[in-house]
Amino acid sequence: MALVLTEEQSMLRDSARGLISDKAPVAHLRSLRDSKDTTGFSRELWKTFAEMGFSGLLVPDTFGGSGLGCVEAGIVMEEIGRTLMPSPFLATSVLAASALSRGGSEAQKAQHLPKIADGSLLAALAIDEGAKHRPLQTELQATRSGNGFKLSGDKAFVVDGHTADLLIVAARTAGSAGDKNGLTLFLVDPKAKGLAVERTAMVDSHNAARIVFDNVEVNADSVLGEVDQGFGLLEGVLNIGRGAVASEMVGLSEEVFGRTVTYLKERKQFGKAIGEFQALQHRAAELYIDIEITRAAVLKALQSLDTDIEKAATAVAVAKARAGTTATLAVQEGVQMHGGMGMTDQFDIGFFMKRARVCQELFGDSNFHTDQLASGKGY
Amino acid sequence: MADLEKFRAETRAWLEQNCPAEMRKPMTSDGDTFWGGRNTKFSSDAQRVWFERMRDKGWTVPHWPKEYGGGGLDGEEAKIVRQEMAAIGARQPLTSFGISMLGPALLKYGTEEQKKEHLPKITAGLIRWCQGYSEPNAGSDLASLQTRAVGDGDDYIINGQKIWTSYANYADWIFCLVRTDPAAKKHDGISFILFDMTSKGVSTKPILLISGYSPFCETFFDNVRVPKSHVVGTVNRGWDVAKYLLQHERAMISGMGERGVGRPLGQIAADSVGADAQGKLDDAQLRSQIANFEVDEAALAAAAERAVDLAKAGQSHPAFSSAMKYYGTELNKRRYEILMSAGGIDALEWESDRSRGGARPRAWLRTKANSIEGGTSEVMLGIVAKRILDLPGA
Repeated sequence: MALVLTEEQSMLRDSARGLISDKAPVAHLRSLRDSKDTTGFSRELWKTFAEMGFSGLLVPDTFGGSGLGCVEAGIVMEEIGRTLMPSPFLATSVLAASALSRGGSEAQKAQHLPKIADGSLLAALAIDEGAKHRPLQTELQATRSGNGFKLSGDKAFVVDGHTADLLIVAARTAGSAGDKNGLTLFLVDPKAKGLAVERTAMVDSHNAARIVFDNVEVNADSVLGEVDQGFGLLEGVLNIGRGAVASEMVGLSEEVFGRTVTYLKERKQFGKAIGEFQALQHRAAELYIDIEITRAAVLKALQSLDTDIEKAATAVAVAKARAGTTATLAVQEGVQMHGGMGMTDQFDIGFFMKRARVCQELFGDSNFHTDQLASGKGY
Repeated sequence: MADLEKFRAETRAWLEQNCPAEMRKPMTSDGDTFWGGRNTKFSSDAQRVWFERMRDKGWTVPHWPKEYGGGGLDGEEAKIVRQEMAAIGARQPLTSFGISMLGPALLKYGTEEQKKEHLPKITAGLIRWCQGYSEPNAGSDLASLQTRAVGDGDDYIINGQKIWTSYANYADWIFCLVRTDPAAKKHDGISFILFDMTSKGVSTKPILLISGYSPFCETFFDNVRVPKSHVVGTVNRGWDVAKYLLQHERAMISGMGERGVGRPLGQIAADSVGADAQGKLDDAQLRSQIANFEVDEAALAAAAERAVDLAKAGQSHPAFSSAMKYYGTELNKRRYEILMSAGGIDALEWESDRSRGGARPRAWLRTKANSIEGGTSEVMLGIVAKRILDLPGA
């Protein structure tokens, strides 16, 4: 497979870019932040997303979606990254849609996937518990109780957990923290008794939630996939999410870079454009090269996920690790080269810096994925 | 798509049947590379057999036209051959500057006569080429070169000196930049010309490097007579040819770290520094350096693959090879810093059989030239800044 976009994929990119740059430029995020909007995104815009077929992009066509793949999801994420558009796309259309279509029973798919595709159901994936992403360390307990289970424990950094109509929760049904066996995924109604959701406004003006489970009862039908054997399913879904976030970071990096190069050409000091100074030219060139290489690694990972998800782990680790370091470099160079203006809230650059920091932590930072690569190779 | 899968299956079967087992092992010394040429010798029977079979199939250069001894494959097919060769660890049957540098320039700028004369001898490994570019006073500022070619009837008489001419002492022919119009602006008076290294007046002198090896030479021209018909492209427009060739040279250098690398770095390091019961390296900082390196190496490999695919799709920027050259060479230097650190004191031996004559430290020192030869890293960044990013000035 050629490591370039096909004609159809380029058309998808153009239509996503057209919509997102028109309806949700950075000013859209700024206004949601300034009005202290508690939803944190525009429900109206989400409807448009559904009408254009984006919300059901990964939903099989038998359930009303477009049946497209990770490369296409990455294309939309990249455009989201360019304007930092807050959107349920990642949590609902990428993570939840993947989890349900890959692990769901026919009944679960039929119940939820068409609603994801038409935009009427918002969902969220609840994985993290500690300060860092360590899915194997999951401790939230699910103990058998009658015909079902009782869930107790805490989740944090649940992206869009504050607006979700459906939660997908990783819980431990056997073994202890660190074990691959004994993990199970559950579909949980956020309105269930004993469940408390706290909206956590984040540094990047996006939203996540902390969720406390106090003996939350779920029935046996709410198990997604197999009891105790949820890790494989979870890892696949997380890898799709990692590829998607890596794409967002590529879009974000490229946008910051583009704005920075424009500034280098416009800003004058010592009687000339600061872009004439070799010190800045070389830094800009290095950043360009870094972004181009990361872009290739991310596309490689997305194609690998679509070809054979079981064999995509290394490519995904490379992509997420690279995207993290590249985005971090891009936003730091962006602020530095904008000088004092880069420190002002009036300039958009700061929004990119904040979002890059959140994307680093999402589903494992660069250190996590670099370590995964080393462990995977046996050293 | 089905045709390509069929081609892949046939390629795999053919390689399986025709690539000798010895030619699937990682290369361990310079002798493992076959360069071709008039005075060449095969280092083993397997090397000869492998070269001859690939030559006869046209696969010493799979993507060149068949009429010049290539395989006539399109980009997608050539990629499949590369992938299937890599899958079994097959060595390159023939390495030459004729393939990686001169060939692309001849295909674009050469006359039909020049192509027919030179390309088949490249694909058949009959002629080994060297590159006459740098001069003592023309390094990064290559266009200030002063080697003179003065017209004399149907010939030029060439006088001057080149430096850093890779393997000039083994080469049969040279592709050379000479000044044909000293009155013109420096980029406008240069021509690109080909001549036989056995011509009267050509001499070479190897340069001893910090590695203890002499891969580069000084090359002297003392009234060398060369027919004017040996100019490639237009007289005084040789800079266009030179730049085009440099793009290919830079792409080649950026990939230098990827050939025949042998065992994974993590294993090499584990042998010398040790590992715990789970196989984790005892040196946590080194482990982290290796892992970071391998992330970047995998990403660069994807970028190299993408660069080829973009070129095929007509979407690549001509200066992108400078970006790849910069990153690839800096990465290769990192690889060897890690290898030296992983080897510890064992990697410091210079002469013993145990160290294969100090192979590792010598290779380490050799890599330091990667970010200088073919355009320094700083020149590469300057090219990216000006030609791709369109930043102002100079």
